[in-house]
Amino acid sequence: MSAASEAGHHDHSEGGQAHGSVKSYVTGFVLSVILTAIPFWLVMGKVLPNVVWTTIIVLALAVVQIVVHMVYFLHMNTKSEGGWTILALIFTVTLVVITLTGSIWVMHHLNTNMMPMSPHDLLHHQP
Amino acid sequence: MATQAHTTASGAKVPVFYERDEHAHEPSTMLGFWIYLMSDCLIFTVLFATYAVLGRNYAAGPSPVDLFDLKLVALNTAMLLFSSITYGFAMLEMEKDKLRTMQLWLVVTGLFGAAFIGIELYEFSHLIHEGATPQRSAFLSSFFALVGTHGLHVTFGIVWLIVLLIQTANRGLIPENKRRLMCLSMFWHFLDVVWIGVFTFVYLMGVLQ
Repeated sequence: MSAASEAGHHDHSEGGQAHGSVKSYVTGFVLSVILTAIPFWLVMGKVLPNVVWTTIIVLALAVVQIVVHMVYFLHMNTKSEGGWTILALIFTVTLVVITLTGSIWVMHHLNTNMMPMSPHDLLHHQP
Repeated sequence: MATQAHTTASGAKVPVFYERDEHAHEPSTMLGFWIYLMSDCLIFTVLFATYAVLGRNYAAGPSPVDLFDLKLVALNTAMLLFSSITYGFAMLEMEKDKLRTMQLWLVVTGLFGAAFIGIELYEFSHLIHEGATPQRSAFLSSFFALVGTHGLHVTFGIVWLIVLLIQTANRGLIPENKRRLMCLSMFWHFLDVVWIGVFTFVYLMGVLQ
């Protein structure tokens, strides 16, 4: 009984917000600075000759930095609010992915089909 | 607060009762605010998707390579990142119930936020001066909608921050003010997360093309 109420009380203080420490904030900050500096350096210095690879690396670093912010600044974890915050986050990320990829995918196909043809193409396509 | 055990004069222990529901509103405020942030995230998603679709339609106007100054964007990113860690320090001071140092960090955060808005407004005025107005092309319409919405969020975050400075000055670090400060903390860090998407997707990838 006493153990149960102990656990309940513990849950209560941890439940709202898992607070950070100076160390965790500084760690998050240093990681963010590194993860911001690398993509800016890659793009501004034109380090890689291949644009596609630069794009992939820049996007990947952005995803990593978003996770770093979530963990070190927003104190996201699977336990806060009994898992409801992470569930809301997963649901939102799902919607974000569907909206973004869906829009880009559909509109790209539409653009490909509706692309204004050059005069050269028009000559060849005339019935 | 839990009802404490009362020891009667005779020394017999009275059962201890814990009232668990009393503070139930506090964690649920945080969850509710988190769900608001998630819905806000969807607003930004739609604006990002609009930019992804329209961002290459220049209407024979200027393109990102012609317009964007990455040094300015890097400076802006630094401002927002600094404001994030200073808000974190304010939260740590709040937990230690140190009102003055907490307010000091809040002021520093607000100044970094104001610097961010100042640089962004300078960039916008520069673009408009060059004729790159929202009416110029679909690219610029979606650009101003996305980046402007983020800037508006930061602006209202600063307003909220000033209100909380006044609130804490008047009432001190009462539980209600702590709850408000925690909500603004989530809001502020969330805006920094959105900015990661903006500088990556709009500025860096725009210049890469």
